Parts: sequence; C-alpha cells; structure tokens
Amino acid sequence: MRAPQLRSRHAVSILDRLFTFEGTWDLLQLQFVRNALLAAAVLGLIAGLLAPLIVARGMAFAVHGTSELAFTGGAAALLLGIDVGLGAVGGAVAASLVFGLLGMRQRERDSVIGVVLAFGLGLGVLMLALYEGRSANKFGLLTGSIVSVDSTNLLVLGVCAALVIATFTIAYRPLLFTSADPDVAAAHGVPVRLLGAVFAVLIGLTTALAVPVVGAVLVLAVMVTPGAAAAQVTSSPAVATVLAIVFAEVGLLGGTLLSLGPGLPISGYVATLIFLCYVGCRGVARFQRRVGKAAFA
Amino acid sequence: MVFGDRVLWDGLDLDVQPGEFLAVLGPNGSGKTTLLKVLLGLLPLSAGSLSIAGAPASRGSSSIGYIPQQTSADPQLTLRGRDLVGLGWDGHRMGLGRRRLRRELVDEVLAAVGATEYADVAVGRLSGGEFQRLRVAQALIGDPAVLLCDEPLLSLDLSHQRLISTLIDLRRRAANSAVLFVTHEINPVLSLVDKVLYLVEGRFRIGTCAQVMTSEVLSELYRTQVDVFAVRDRLVVVGAEECAHHSSDRVTL
Repeated sequence: MRAPQLRSRHAVSILDRLFTFEGTWDLLQLQFVRNALLAAAVLGLIAGLLAPLIVARGMAFAVHGTSELAFTGGAAALLLGIDVGLGAVGGAVAASLVFGLLGMRQRERDSVIGVVLAFGLGLGVLMLALYEGRSANKFGLLTGSIVSVDSTNLLVLGVCAALVIATFTIAYRPLLFTSADPDVAAAHGVPVRLLGAVFAVLIGLTTALAVPVVGAVLVLAVMVTPGAAAAQVTSSPAVATVLAIVFAEVGLLGGTLLSLGPGLPISGYVATLIFLCYVGCRGVARFQRRVGKAAFA
Repeated sequence: MVFGDRVLWDGLDLDVQPGEFLAVLGPNGSGKTTLLKVLLGLLPLSAGSLSIAGAPASRGSSSIGYIPQQTSADPQLTLRGRDLVGLGWDGHRMGLGRRRLRRELVDEVLAAVGATEYADVAVGRLSGGEFQRLRVAQALIGDPAVLLCDEPLLSLDLSHQRLISTLIDLRRRAANSAVLFVTHEINPVLSLVDKVLYLVEGRFRIGTCAQVMTSEVLSELYRTQVDVFAVRDRLVVVGAEECAHHSSDRVTL
C-alpha cells in the first residue's frame, strides 16, 4: 500500500515545483526580471503581428527551419567566442532569405527546408559538443532562459520591433495581398518576390530574437500557434492580428511570470499557455459552427 | 512575341474598341496566357508596341481589371469576401489607406454582383461560383477601362457560367469597358462575342465569330481537317482538340 502513496506524493511534489509563486514578488523587484518581462512583451507584439501572415503563407515549417538555423548560428558564435545573439541573427536571416525566395510551391519548399534544417541542426550539435564553456550557455540556446535577456538584447529587440511595425504600417496591404491572393497581386503589379524577401527578413529577425527567450525548439509556439489559434475563430484579417497579439502576450508574459517562482525554463510555460489558447479557440470554433448550423436550419 | 527560340506569334495587329468583347481562343501553349501577361505589363513584347486606354502597358495599371481562373482557397485562410474585393482596390498601394471610402466602394460592387449576403464569410468556405462572383467584384472595384479575363468560367457549373458571363457583359454595356476573354470554350459566351482572336502554334486569325469559326479557317490554322458545326445556338468544333493534343509527338515518315 505504500508504493502508490509514495508515487502520489511524488506527483504532488512535482506539481508543487511546477506551480509556486514563492519568491515571485521578490524576483519582480530585480532589474533582470523586469528586462525579461519587457522583452517578452515586445516579442509577443511582433510575433503576434507576424503570425497570421505566416499561417496565411503556409510558412510554419519555414519558421521552424529558420529557428533551427538561428540555433546553428548561435552555436557557431559560442564556439568562435563572438556574441551569441549576433550569430543567431546571422543564421536566421540567412536561412529565412533562402526559404523566402524558394517561392510559394509548398511541396518543393518543404523538402528543401527539411534538407537544410537537418544539416544545420547536426552542425549546431557538433559545434556545441566542441564548445568547452558553461553548459548553461549551450542549453539556453535550445530551451531559452530569461537570464539571457540583458539591456543590449532589449535595445536590439526594440529596434527590430520598430522595424516590423514600420514595415507593417507601410506595406501591410500589399503583404496581405501577396500572402492571401498571390496570383492576382502579381497581376496588379505588386512586387511579390520583393515582398516575400522583406517578409522573410522580418521572420528571420523575430526568430533570432525569440531563440534566446523561448529557445530554438519552441519558436513555433510564439510565431505560428497564435496565428493558427486566431484563424480558428475569425476570418477577418484585422481581428485575427489583434487576437494573435493577445494570445502571444498571454503566453509570453504569463509564461514568464509562472516560471519565476519555480525557477524553471520559461519555454514550457509559454508553449503550454499558447497551446491552451489554441485548444480553446478550436472549441469556440466548434461551438460557432454548431450554432451557425442551428441558425440556418 | 518570342519565347526563347519559340515564336509565339508575329505580326499580331489587334485593335479592341471600348465596349467590345474579344474572345481569345486556341489550344494550350498557343500563347493565350502570355498575351495576358504582356497586357498586364508582366512581360515585355519582343518587338512592336502596345497601348491600353492610351498608355503603354505597365505593371499595376489602374485601367485594367483582371479576373483569373477559379481557384479554391484554404478554409482556414483569414480573408473574407469583402477583404478580397478591397484588395482589388488598394491592395497594391502602400500606406494606411482610406478605410471609409474603401468600405463604401466594396459594399457597392458586392451589391452589384449579388455577393453582399456572403461578404463576411471566409473565402475558403465559398463555392466556386460564389468565389468567382467576388472575383468579378474585385476586378470591377477599380473602375477599369479594360477587363482581362483568364478562363474565368473554367470548372464552374452551367448556371454559374451564365451568371458570371452576364455580370461581365453588364459591366461592359454600363461602363463601355473593353473585354478580353481568354477561353478554350466559346459556347458560354457565344452570344456576347464581337470579335475572335484564334491562336494556333504561331498562326492566328482575327475577325468576327462568323469569319473565324468556320471549317475552312480552323482547318488552315490547325493544318489538318477541322469541322465546325452549328447546333442550335452552339458551335461544335471537331478535330481541333485531337490535333492540339498530338501535335508534340507527331512522327514524320
């Protein structure tokens, strides 16, 4: 009879470890924690802005590939002793440009991304193995950590956010046009390839900034899931963008706050919260359809 | 027009008047789509000149309305009918745009094609006929002098074929727009056609339907025996399709 009791006590203690707010308040007084929250908020804003268009362009896999190559770039930078963030940006922008120029034919694009992704990931793992510094640096690239956000990161993040917002203010409609209706956009003289490259650079920059915070493995959670969740419940591009930003903020800010007490990596919390948003949206969509059908009948 | 070492057509002298309905016919690979791309300013002419509403062809010309083939969108795509139509008006323009004017114009053309009812439904959830009505609205919203239609009736059922071609016809009568209608099937628009351009492997013929759609002319264009029969108010062309299909693997003995 003792074994199950032990096991349940063990489970309770895991839950206690996962959800504790002990010390959260004290931690919130610290500058680096505030930096991390600010970084999460800015990242949520730009990831939420991009997510609906990423989903419309069918670029989820390209984003994943980009984040793995941001990891490769970061690992290379670690090994060479240069700034990891810089390496991540380099790897991600190079990758996203290549992926962005591959064109819109999904099948061809996906196989090229798969090929490049596997190679980049392998290379990154090898370089991490060769690196002889602190192992926390290595792990941080894959799973993210808020300790890695310092004032330089904040500045870079701010500049990138300004870039994304400025591009969206100027070119949102042409971007939407080429994403949702590429053939007619081309017939209207919209520079489809140029805008594809511009959008790819925005994805690359945002991915590179997301990698230190949520980790290379989980970039999809902040850059794709909010858009996919919003698409479940609305078909208006404007509403989808607002919802995606809300979901990304809930995940990133909520995840950061939840991770403070336990002192565990934030990525798990962020990914779970955004996933719950997605599941909730699917439920709402089901309900909407049922009500819609009843209204027609 | 030359494509690589292939001459698609040469010496094509075509004049379409405002309010005129021109059907462009011909087998696959005869250069119909290339002609449209030239008119849209996406490809330059190898030689010669071209003017649309008094100006040379240019990318994104506002005098052109473009209606493509019916395609289906992903049901999850966050784009409503009214967004698709609105993009036809200012989707190519930078900046924030004039939202109220856009909304008024969108509502107006949606009503004109009878699509108001499903204007707020995701485009991926519409039927092919509903989608094509939005395409007509998307082309009309810019108030174009010329309508370029690239097989807009393809894969539609008969009643929607009639509906879409009627909408295009109404527009050209109301606004005196010229219509250039690429199709491989003339019957759905037979009663609307003023002029026909028939392209076959670099050869072409321009004229009224009665002048071009004859056994003699088509036999000459295809360089094989082609028969044209009038059955009630339809034209049946026998021999052209087979010829077009086998032209690439013809064996010379």
